[in-house]
Amino acid sequence: MLRGKQTWWFESRPVIIGAATVVGPDEGEGPLAADFDLVHPELDMQQKSWEKAERLLLEQASEFALQHAGIDSSQLQFFVGGDLLNQIISNSFAARSLGVPYVGVFGACSTSMETLALASLMVDSGAAQYAMAATCSHNCTAEKQFRYPTEYGSQKPPTAQYTVTGAGAAVIASSGSGPYVECATVGKIVDLGIKDPFNMGAAMAPAAVDTIQSHFNDTGRTPGDYDIIVTGDLAGVGHPIARDLLTRGGVPIDNTDFNDCGLMVYDVKKQKVQAGGSGCACSAVVTYGHLLKRMRKGQLKRILVVATGALLSPLSFQQGESIPCIAHAVSICAGGEGA
Amino acid sequence: MIFLWAFLVGGAICMLGQIMFDVFKMTPAHTMATLVVIGAVVDGFNLYEPLIKFAGAGATVPITSFGNALVHGALTELHTSGWIGVISGIFKVTSAGISAAIIFSFLASLVVRPKG
Repeated sequence: MLRGKQTWWFESRPVIIGAATVVGPDEGEGPLAADFDLVHPELDMQQKSWEKAERLLLEQASEFALQHAGIDSSQLQFFVGGDLLNQIISNSFAARSLGVPYVGVFGACSTSMETLALASLMVDSGAAQYAMAATCSHNCTAEKQFRYPTEYGSQKPPTAQYTVTGAGAAVIASSGSGPYVECATVGKIVDLGIKDPFNMGAAMAPAAVDTIQSHFNDTGRTPGDYDIIVTGDLAGVGHPIARDLLTRGGVPIDNTDFNDCGLMVYDVKKQKVQAGGSGCACSAVVTYGHLLKRMRKGQLKRILVVATGALLSPLSFQQGESIPCIAHAVSICAGGEGA
Repeated sequence: MIFLWAFLVGGAICMLGQIMFDVFKMTPAHTMATLVVIGAVVDGFNLYEPLIKFAGAGATVPITSFGNALVHGALTELHTSGWIGVISGIFKVTSAGISAAIIFSFLASLVVRPKG
């Protein structure tokens, strides 16, 4: 059900009956290590290529999510997934092993919430009883595709971000127990002309702000209605910019716990991750691992996850184009809580 | 004293590269190519050889010395073999560096597999 300009309100309350996260070694050394289902000790995960390792992460996360949901892949009607690689190969190859009708999407690092919103819409509209939303990223595949070959060892400025190695998957069902997806605000492209791919947080911050403001306009809510609002991967440079822009726009963001997945997934002071985490898996592993677990423990009642994405390609960057950015917001409520 | 000058001159060339990288946001490839061209131009004015005499490895280790070697080789051969020397001379002086890069890359690829 459309509410306002760009928000879907899910009247039937689609439930996240199972979610799972799998991560790499750096995330395993971070503060949220205990919240992940599996931590790989090696970046290559005994695979022949980084791409195969990334695919393995996604396959394992979807397998665990199905186990947690207590259903079989034959019961799953749709798989909605996306990643950062060209032609979203990680998801397409994982979908091949899963053998489930597949909808591939690309939203760069906003994919986690884009897929969750689409899977919830499928379930809410009656198009599916069970649908899975999943995404993944790998530090080395992202480096190779968007920056330089991994063995090149190029220097990075402190505004750069560190792509999270991991995957997150969630099974959405029309009924069952668990937190439910309340609504989703689909963002529009915001591009203020930043061209530096080593400063994506600053490029994406205005997109996050635009979506957060649209969400409050459409729903009539204020930040105080949420126990926590997290942005996807604005990290150390972009997150303070977003806070500043919201405050200037008259949004009382200080009434809630306003944080960023890219700052939560690593110990930014101790780990060598420059400004913080990024990548499709960043918001996915923090939401499906950390935040949903806190919801199940009763520590959080209602959360808003604003996954941010920089929709550049290596070619558009080389041709001197600026970075088009987007953010999608999804509100998740603890089971039993009224809308 | 030569150690101090090597340190200062080598460090200054590296600092130039770092400024190109951080302030002018040049890519690593552009930074490297620009330094090579600077070395070549400086040798064209006959200034790189005096710099090497003055600072030793401080001037020969950075990539600017590759630009210097290209021009130096071409000019030396120009005097001994005529115009064709401009072409043949380029690789006479630099052949050791280029061959070493190829041979050591080959040897490394036998032991470890680049993963990209």
